[in-house]
Amino acid sequence: MKRISLKIAGAAAALTVGTAGTAFAADAIAGAVQQQATNWTAIVMFLLFVAGTLGITYWAASKTKTAKDFYSAGGGITGFQNGLAIAGDYMSAASFLGISALVYTSGFDGLIYSIGFLVGWPIILFLVAEQLRNLGKYTFADVASYRLQQTPIRLLAASGSLVVVALYLIAQMVGAGKLIQLLFGLEYVYAVVMVGILMILYVTFGGMLATTWVQIIKAVLLLSGASFMAIMVLVQYNFNFGALFQAAVDMHPKHLAIMQPGTLVSDPISAISLGIALMFGTAGLPHILMRFFTVADAKEARKSVFYATGFIGYFYILTFIIGFGAIVLLMNNPEFFRPGPDGTVNPLTNMLGGNNMAAIHLAKAVGGDLFLGFISAVAFATILAVVSGLTLAGASAVSHDLYASVFRRGRVNEQQEIRVSKMATVALGVLAIVLGIAFEQQNIAFMVGLAFAIAASANFPIIVLSMFWSKLTTRGALIGGFMGLISATVMVILGPTVWESVLAHPKGSAPFPYDNPAIFSVTLAFLGSWFFSIIDKSENARAEERAFEAQYIRSQTGIGAEGASAH
Amino acid sequence: MQQELTRRIRNNPKFAELTQKRTKFGWQLSILMLAIYYGFILVVAFAPSVLGIPIYGVITLGIPAGLFIIVTAFVLTGIYVRRANSEYDELNRQIIEEARR
Repeated sequence: MKRISLKIAGAAAALTVGTAGTAFAADAIAGAVQQQATNWTAIVMFLLFVAGTLGITYWAASKTKTAKDFYSAGGGITGFQNGLAIAGDYMSAASFLGISALVYTSGFDGLIYSIGFLVGWPIILFLVAEQLRNLGKYTFADVASYRLQQTPIRLLAASGSLVVVALYLIAQMVGAGKLIQLLFGLEYVYAVVMVGILMILYVTFGGMLATTWVQIIKAVLLLSGASFMAIMVLVQYNFNFGALFQAAVDMHPKHLAIMQPGTLVSDPISAISLGIALMFGTAGLPHILMRFFTVADAKEARKSVFYATGFIGYFYILTFIIGFGAIVLLMNNPEFFRPGPDGTVNPLTNMLGGNNMAAIHLAKAVGGDLFLGFISAVAFATILAVVSGLTLAGASAVSHDLYASVFRRGRVNEQQEIRVSKMATVALGVLAIVLGIAFEQQNIAFMVGLAFAIAASANFPIIVLSMFWSKLTTRGALIGGFMGLISATVMVILGPTVWESVLAHPKGSAPFPYDNPAIFSVTLAFLGSWFFSIIDKSENARAEERAFEAQYIRSQTGIGAEGASAH
Repeated sequence: MQQELTRRIRNNPKFAELTQKRTKFGWQLSILMLAIYYGFILVVAFAPSVLGIPIYGVITLGIPAGLFIIVTAFVLTGIYVRRANSEYDELNRQIIEEARR
């Protein structure tokens, strides 16, 4: 059996970042872990997934002819399908492995995180979902620039999108490489290159239709696998939750402390700031926003959020049970641990492959090698599906916003635009591979947190203000949006995560004391947009205000909105 | 043509009724959700021991409280979608039909 010792402290990030907790990400996997032996069951199952999804891509390619097909699957996805796809985008490998690992180490704290991720969805539905659908075409820049000047607003929106996509993509690629190394016993570089090539194939040939179906299939596989694990755990306790929790409290080194809030959320500013970043960041993620344009109308858009909220909520309940299952079924089983230098086993620090492997080890404990292979393959498929959606969102920002609207000023035909989009996909895929390799040894724990903070600070305020506030002007949106983008970035760099953990300054020396800047940067973006709009007395500003009414009527009634294309 | 449609919709009292009702309902549910979530976060930040009060064996108040928030998020979206997809969409349909007549 080939075992290579690897340092993957940096990789912790990638697996846990989806949970955005920088403090938590830092201690999830630390120190040296060992690459697993080549896992053939997992490889075979993964190859089946790849073959199936490539088949779907082939089918989707034959249906993807127009720009509308490419960017938004022709608007023909149903609310239920889109709900699954949105849930799929959200249930990354990071949240599956990261949250179950958090429950394993800290119990109740995992639930606090899950809830933060979930509660953004109802708000999106109540306030913006149908307006997004009614105003948008392919990207959220269509919404923001509806009555404002195309060139500057699309530049702002494309910057916001590309920065968010790049950060998210790097985190996912590094996570993919590390995870595959651990699960399949494959070299890091091969894994990253393989993910890059597959995602280029899905997106360039199958566009949004293939990307959506890959996401749906993965969501179904992940939900089925996680349900099976949760049921197998509960069966051992005759579905008596009291007995499961009792056994976990008895076995866990922290005992009763796992049943209440721990140290994860300590000061109120951090707690509220994290809540804002998660809630409004969700409503500003370009790959999530794009999904609202794949359904036929506002009715289906609403249904998508309803189903997505249900699936995501259910998934978080499962990860909670899985985390507790890992406590009761793994902690007294030496098979899953490697003794420390002093020969003793600390179940919180000595898990094989790090604590993020809790759900993976539990798969083996409840379902043997076959099920372990299945869950490993699903974890890989999850990353593949998420990076495909991200790449499509990035490519759309390049081709639809930058190329067609800014560079060519709208004088472009569909085929040219699609060609640019495919070129952008290939370029982004290659870039993702290069960055994935470049960042292998870097601490990237802050990246998804930063992506959420930027989405909340740059994209979300502009979307909301352009929809609901008639006095927003191009100048106000531009200055406010860039203030949000720049302040979020600067505060993250000056904050403890990057300043102390990445740049290695002494602890406590960070100029900005909080890990999450959202409470400040989102406020700045709103204030900046407001201030620079009300002092804008130009002719343009007056015209933009006059154009609000027609936009408002379309956003409310859907009259004139993009419909589904006939197939 | 588009301007004429816009003018007719604006002048239809049903449009004001639709936007007022829907916006009000959306904000009511949003505030309810935000109050529940931030209420929970404030308890976590200021009085975490409250969530540690045992209610049944080792099960603490925090567990049903957390589950309650997850279920509430789902139920509230369901309530909104049900009302928007029937009552509001019907009103919307009438507005568009009357504008096109």
